[in-house]
Amino acid sequence: MTKQTDKSRQNRAILYVVLWVFVLVLLFAVLLNGTDIRMLNPKGFVAQEEFKLIVFTTAVLLAIAVPTLFFLYFFAWKYRESNTKAKFDPDKKHGKFFIFCLWAIPVVFMLVLAPVMWVATHKLEPQKSIDSENKTLTVQVIALRWKWLFIYPEQHIATVNYVQVPVDTPVEFDLTADDMPMSSFWVPHWGGQLYAMTGMTNKLNLVPTTLGDSTGSSAEINGKGFAGMKFTARASSKQDFDAWVRHVKQLPGVLDMVEYESLLKPSENNPSAFYSMTEADLYDKVLMKYMGSHDHHMGQE
Amino acid sequence: MKEFLIGRLSMEALPHEWFTIGGSAFFGALILALVVILTVTKRWGWLWKEWLTSVDPKKIGIMYFIVAGFMLIARGGLEALMMWLQQALGSSDMPGFLGASHGYLSAEHFQQIFTAHGNIMVFFVAMGFIFGLINYIVPLQIGARDLASPFLNTLGFWLFVAGVVMVNMFFFVGGEYAATGWLAVAPLSGTEFSPGTGMDYLIWSLQISGIGTTLGAINFIMTILKMRAPGMTLWKMPAFTWGSLCSMIMAVTVFPLLTATLFLVFFDRYFDTHFFTTALGGNAMMYTNLIWMWGHPEVYILVLPAYGVFTEIVSTFSRKAIANYTSNIIGLIGVSLFALSVWLHHFFTMGAGADVNSFFGVMTIFIAIPTTVLVFTWIATMYKGRIRMTTPMLWFLGFIAVFTFGGVTGVMLAVPPVDFQFHNSLFLVAHFHSNVIGGVLFGVFAGISYWFPKIAGYRLNERLGRYAFWCWMIGFSLSFIPMYILGLMGATRRLDTYDASSGWQPFYVLMLIGGIIIAVGVALQLAQIIASVIQKRRLHDSTGDPWEGRTLEWAVPSPAPSYNFATIPQVTTRDAYWEMKKQGIPARKFEDIRMPKNTASGIYISIFAFLVGFALVWHINWLAIVSLIGAIVCVIARTFNDDTEYVVTAAEVEKMEETRMAKVRALHAEKDTGPDEDMGLLEFIKLVITWALNVIRTRRWRNQ
Amino acid sequence: MGVERYKDKTMAESVATSEMNHEAAANDRVMFGFWVYLMTDLLMFAVLFAVYAVLHGNTEGGPGGSDLFSQPLALAETLILLTSSFTCGIGMIAARRGNKNQVLVWFGITFLLGLAFLSLELQEFAEFIREGHALSSNAFFSSFFVLVGTHGLHIISGLFWMFVTLVFVLVRGLNRHLVRKLALLSLFWHFLDIVWIFIFTIVYLMAYV
Repeated sequence: MTKQTDKSRQNRAILYVVLWVFVLVLLFAVLLNGTDIRMLNPKGFVAQEEFKLIVFTTAVLLAIAVPTLFFLYFFAWKYRESNTKAKFDPDKKHGKFFIFCLWAIPVVFMLVLAPVMWVATHKLEPQKSIDSENKTLTVQVIALRWKWLFIYPEQHIATVNYVQVPVDTPVEFDLTADDMPMSSFWVPHWGGQLYAMTGMTNKLNLVPTTLGDSTGSSAEINGKGFAGMKFTARASSKQDFDAWVRHVKQLPGVLDMVEYESLLKPSENNPSAFYSMTEADLYDKVLMKYMGSHDHHMGQE
Repeated sequence: MKEFLIGRLSMEALPHEWFTIGGSAFFGALILALVVILTVTKRWGWLWKEWLTSVDPKKIGIMYFIVAGFMLIARGGLEALMMWLQQALGSSDMPGFLGASHGYLSAEHFQQIFTAHGNIMVFFVAMGFIFGLINYIVPLQIGARDLASPFLNTLGFWLFVAGVVMVNMFFFVGGEYAATGWLAVAPLSGTEFSPGTGMDYLIWSLQISGIGTTLGAINFIMTILKMRAPGMTLWKMPAFTWGSLCSMIMAVTVFPLLTATLFLVFFDRYFDTHFFTTALGGNAMMYTNLIWMWGHPEVYILVLPAYGVFTEIVSTFSRKAIANYTSNIIGLIGVSLFALSVWLHHFFTMGAGADVNSFFGVMTIFIAIPTTVLVFTWIATMYKGRIRMTTPMLWFLGFIAVFTFGGVTGVMLAVPPVDFQFHNSLFLVAHFHSNVIGGVLFGVFAGISYWFPKIAGYRLNERLGRYAFWCWMIGFSLSFIPMYILGLMGATRRLDTYDASSGWQPFYVLMLIGGIIIAVGVALQLAQIIASVIQKRRLHDSTGDPWEGRTLEWAVPSPAPSYNFATIPQVTTRDAYWEMKKQGIPARKFEDIRMPKNTASGIYISIFAFLVGFALVWHINWLAIVSLIGAIVCVIARTFNDDTEYVVTAAEVEKMEETRMAKVRALHAEKDTGPDEDMGLLEFIKLVITWALNVIRTRRWRNQ
Repeated sequence: MGVERYKDKTMAESVATSEMNHEAAANDRVMFGFWVYLMTDLLMFAVLFAVYAVLHGNTEGGPGGSDLFSQPLALAETLILLTSSFTCGIGMIAARRGNKNQVLVWFGITFLLGLAFLSLELQEFAEFIREGHALSSNAFFSSFFVLVGTHGLHIISGLFWMFVTLVFVLVRGLNRHLVRKLALLSLFWHFLDIVWIFIFTIVYLMAYV
């Protein structure tokens, strides 16, 4: 009697597992309807390349994982004790060719991945500037507690928790931090993240390719106000960008040292702010504060 | 004067928030209950002599299980549920309670919870369970009677306990834990950004238990390399012993790195040095490197013994020797070697440049090679085997599914440009939980259900075990697959609130439901143990070999006598016990056995170590110095004590074996009138309710 | 130990042999375990060396190693420590021969040489502190004091261990347990000597490169 109940129990278990997988897939499909899966919805050149890599690595890995899992579960079912028809060979010894395959298969897969990874890593190195017919726009970013300060050195304007750039233009974000633990500058729609650290400058090169608003945040925990350290990242047309710059230049706010000192004070969930003028070389001054500590800049590879 | 006497302690350090009051009340009530029960049942002497001062690795192993299990449920698991609940309630359109902007946990509190969760799960739950398994099983598997140094064993355990007490201490004194994430990155962990005592509690609980781990690892290596039964060469050792050996060699290599790094962080905070500070020359990136040089190998330290457990389980329950033992073991060694050279993949985004990033990325994906070979050897073992679907085998099948998710996503994360997107997102969190839960925790569950008969003398209830397993699988799929999805949607880890417009909340709610199902699974595992105790007659293991095992631990009776083997076996092949069964178990020749005496020195040294840490947290310098001296005096007293062993004569051994055989014969002779099926869930619940009502009705506690 | 329990002489002999085997095996294990411990200690020092290598240039405009270190002093410390390793070795030979007085003499000399080393090192630290340089001055001083200071703390532990062991030798006489302790102690002492060679090279000599 035990063997019968075992067998029926096992078959029922397999059925329930299949059903559960089906239920989950359905559930997720329903919940994902109308949502934005940012990493699979690239709106920038770098994000697009990274998305292609995600797909490629997933495909390669599924190619080895799916057959492996299939054989494992198939054998677990086929050679179960209640299946008297299956052959039982306790002294089975596998030959040299089998052992060779055992090692060769994963090695081959990894050898396929490794050169792709090497090339892609060099191509998508964030500190590398991106070739384009459009001139690179430089935006200096200072991570403060707990907001992001954006300085446009060529336009002489600055913003808090808001950054606007023209579409299809390479943007070089120069990242640093002031009076702040390590933070990570991340706009998933546009591409991967890079750390913003005191006394160092990290250059993150991105190219937004789709008009519209995206959300950016800090991906590295940096204290109490970490969750609120979000900013709006807008990609607009060149004309709209120029118009916006002109508009900001007429606003009353000014980012002088006094205003900067008040920004240094810890605050959370800051609304966007705009400054029509900035203290000259503010970014370099901030770096110099820590320069005695560090003799080397990041990103000079 | 006050500052000299009690350092920075003050009335403010006492509990005054809801969770510190709750936590200290809970622990206080627990301690009080224990004290009352021990006093009423007059078991203090028994506890001290039989358990606390014991140097028997079997007893120490069980104590590790109890402490690790307690920390899993009372702290780590509870914290997970608290986090799931907060994130389910943390949408920006939800109200806030108890000082939180949304949900019920303020940002600081939430950050302390995930920090504690990480520390506790890695250092006290996972390490505790793994050390428990190694302590109990490895000596039995290699035909030894004890570990190489019984003193180091008990010292290592009590230092571990000191770490456990330290990580819970803030409930009573201090009121806060570190809010930096479990690895406390600099400069967030410095005095400037983490001025409170929480970070200091983190340092000392990890430091003290870390030293205990290093001592334990030295002990295990000494044992495996020097105390195997005659004839057992390295290449004949069981897979679990190999996994433990590789793991402990890694531990001995990287825990000193942790010790040194924690000291440096301590110096920055206590003596105002500038190792990782932002000013005056400190280099925070160096901390990141150092801590991950320890941190990455640590997770492999946890999983290698689990791989060994699964190899043994697949072999035993397929009734076949491990297919390609050599490839399997080289796989274990390969994983350990590669694991030491990949640490930078935890911070590709710190900006080291393409050459460095690619190097570490390539090294990381190479770990997949030996891991895949391991899986292939398991498949080959099952091929043409005769597989019994017991609970340990179920855990293996579950492990494969969950761990593969983790492994595949791990290789994805190893590609630096992909990591630039996924780093510190919930995708990463789901990845490592798939590996740690699927690999380490399921390995521990499988190991405990596999070796439970050896430890207790009776099997575990299979029915409740199956129910628990399926709860874990269903719960895990509900709580971690949405996590992968959330990561893809751009959700960062460690967020206590998020925008309502992101569409993330439904997935957080699913995760909470999954977590509750997992909690039910854990409850069922506890029920399984209790039900097995109740039905232990029926589940009794009279032969010592309930699964038709292959390795030496099944050659001794269940539970094993204090000296493990009455006669040390002679080993000629792999799967030594299988060979013994084929050739016929040899006649026994009794001889005198040297056993180590109990000692309380481990307890005393650990109490002093705890006091040193506590004193340094609160800057009570005199106490730190006095406790350090105390610890040193105890060490001298123990190490210069030449009388640490006693002899069990051959005659006494023979008598003990006779008595045990008589008991077994008596049990066999008894007619089994009990049920012919393992207890089910409904029956168990009925029994518990009946017992509780009975106790209340007859007021049984009055008679004790 | 326990041999006296047996009235039968042949039984006593076989027990004695098995005891000797047991002793030899235990000794072997302990020595091996101590080597493993020394490797862990070496790894801790490796971290401190790596930290020094990264941070020794961060002097914040203040004086660095080449301005402050006295090579004659470092050389003297090195020679003292090397000599103490030599005397420790002789003491160990005496211990294996069972010569209690020689043990006390040679390990005593080792102890005094160790004290001499310590006093020179403390003098150097005191001078730096008098000039206003402390642990907390900058990253260079933090890493210097912690690296060299940790070695100094190990020397102090070794001297303390030596003192306690010699007291026991004086009181209990030289038995095999104490010989084993002295063997472990000399391993520790030689290990500290090797670490010092690295410190001498990387900290004191390379400051002038």
